[in-house]
Amino acid sequence: MEILNEIKFIMPSLSVNEGAARAVVSSFLIQADPTVEELSDIRTAVSEAVTNAVVHGYRHKKGNIELTVRLLPDRVIYIKVRDKGCGIANVEQAMEPLFTTAPEEERSGLGFSVMQSFMDRLTVRSAPEKGTTVTMRKRLSAHGD
Amino acid sequence: MKIDIKTENGAAIARLSGEIDHHNAKELRAELDRYIVTAQPRELAIDFGGITFMDSSGIGLIMGRSKLMKECGGRLEVRNPQPYIRRVLKLAGIERIVRIR
Repeated sequence: MEILNEIKFIMPSLSVNEGAARAVVSSFLIQADPTVEELSDIRTAVSEAVTNAVVHGYRHKKGNIELTVRLLPDRVIYIKVRDKGCGIANVEQAMEPLFTTAPEEERSGLGFSVMQSFMDRLTVRSAPEKGTTVTMRKRLSAHGD
Repeated sequence: MKIDIKTENGAAIARLSGEIDHHNAKELRAELDRYIVTAQPRELAIDFGGITFMDSSGIGLIMGRSKLMKECGGRLEVRNPQPYIRRVLKLAGIERIVRIR
């Protein structure tokens, strides 16, 4: 599919970068003029995906997280969050609401549920010891202008 | 991230401002827990009026504090979440655990 614009942002798996990732997405999306609600939805989904990479993907070793944001035709926003961490052995189980492997850190197990309900499409590809790639799409509403 | 806790007639209000994510939830959690354990308020209202962003880390924060308040014989309440934060709360079904005003 034709890519109208794209940015890539690579950050080490430090929790402070969860906020940095949101800020990057917000600034890039200004050009698409999303509604406040659409921007909130995307920011939240990105925050969940990056947090998963920090908390789970790179739980035992540090590494880089790659965030890609694309503007596609028909006002479709494409987001990819990729890590080369420990991976997920059972993706289906990980995506179940309230499933968490980090209850002691008060992780609610709702990250994927948030991504699923705030975005139009969510795909999770993962392989143990290789890493996890989360891709999401959301179509922004048409503007009157 | 800012937190301001005031006690009025045995009921405490914690006013939060800023963004709640995994990174800064840790600090909030420590500060709220310290207050709950030492002051043992009967009621604690967390005011979300000044919160501009919250992801599912906020859900863990609310659930954990609700549990601790119960253990200390008190009750937690959530106040003034913006419409967008209400959606995150609803997704988690948090209204079944704590009162939202």
